[in-house]
Amino acid sequence: MFELSPTEWTAILLSLRVATVATLVATPLGIAAAWLLARREFWGKSATDAVIHLPLVLPPVVTGYLLLLTFGRRGPVGAWLADHLGIVFAFRWTGAALASGIMSFPLLVRPIRLSIEAVDRRLEQAAGTLGAAPWQVFLTVTLPLALPGVLAGMVLGFAKAIGEFGATITFVSNIPGETQTISSAIYSLIQTPDGDTAALRLVVVSTLIAMAALVASEWFARRALQRLHGN
Amino acid sequence: MLRVDVSKRLGDFSIEASFTSEGRVTGLFGASGAGKSSLINMIAGLLQPDRGIIAIDGSTLDDTIRQMHVPVHRRRIGYVFQDARLFPHLDVRQNLDYGRRMNRLAGDAAQHRRVTDLLDIGNLLDRRPGRLSGGERQRVALGRALLSQPRLLLLDEPLGSLDEERKEEILPYLVRLRDEAGIPMVYVSHDAAEMRQLATHIVMLQRGRVTAFGGAEVLPAALARA
Repeated sequence: MFELSPTEWTAILLSLRVATVATLVATPLGIAAAWLLARREFWGKSATDAVIHLPLVLPPVVTGYLLLLTFGRRGPVGAWLADHLGIVFAFRWTGAALASGIMSFPLLVRPIRLSIEAVDRRLEQAAGTLGAAPWQVFLTVTLPLALPGVLAGMVLGFAKAIGEFGATITFVSNIPGETQTISSAIYSLIQTPDGDTAALRLVVVSTLIAMAALVASEWFARRALQRLHGN
Repeated sequence: MLRVDVSKRLGDFSIEASFTSEGRVTGLFGASGAGKSSLINMIAGLLQPDRGIIAIDGSTLDDTIRQMHVPVHRRRIGYVFQDARLFPHLDVRQNLDYGRRMNRLAGDAAQHRRVTDLLDIGNLLDRRPGRLSGGERQRVALGRALLSQPRLLLLDEPLGSLDEERKEEILPYLVRLRDEAGIPMVYVSHDAAEMRQLATHIVMLQRGRVTAFGGAEVLPAALARA
């Protein structure tokens, strides 16, 4: 019963690839957004914060449809990217990565923002008096002290990305081998007469991945406290 | 030579201070709330004066008329804070090395040696700040500021967070620093005894104004008023 079929393996590996790419691309953007929200006052800050959190509260199908309108073949951004850079999102695994990246972005940003806010600004001032320019202060003091939060955010974002369903299936459909992730494979299997055991196997796999992510995220959070106390 | 002539409004408190000191250790003396920390933060560049001039040895750091404000990291002014502010994620060696790395200075083993000997911190190099006593932390903070090769060293109540015994432990190091390091210092304190031991020139502050300037003789009178 625990023998995974080739189709199931394909879905698992695709999910891992989609979530890894989504997380790696989203992390630098997430750090930048978290830093802006934690450390800067600017016009439109609340609006930026709201937009980042929007995918958390919008129905996923709405986010997926908006992605289709924007990044689809005929969407303004999608058409431009396809014509000028040859990047196509619609009905490709890259589109799945984009959808899950956007859906997981708020979960990625939040722990990073909290950990940057927890960094003592007086330490940043001290670094300045020792000759560190603002970007050096960020790289040598702020970011290392916030690093456990960054890792926790990456783990949470990854877990969310790997399970994303609604926006992904709306945007890039459910094509085996191209856009069929674990979640959409489970969805297909449940609707197939003899798919129950296969669906169950994927349910176990996705539960294990989610559990591992939570444990890892908890571990990073504990490391963060130790780091801030300098032991 | 340190020249300060500034004014700054902070809420309903204001500072108007003007003095020029050639001393090896200029003491900023006054009760808490007299504006000592704000003044020292302006010298460091952490706070910008509303009006005025700050200059060291003829090089201007702030001049509001010429709209000049040299940012903190380009001032080459060392700062020892009351709460040490060591970087918790770095060990003592890396803390000491931080200023040199940021300023891209060449390593100077002899200088490193002199400073660690002067402050007796050679045996702490591999420890994290979390495993240091208050006095050890303050000595490492002194060493870290010295090794960034500042042209002026600011000390903001460096003994303020220590108990009497620890103060006695650190004071001799500060005296040695004054006599051996050859870097002019600005020493902030509300403790007249510390001032007498360390400062060569004293700037007396009361409610944001300079009320006296001179040698240690200005201290007792000030105490009576305070």
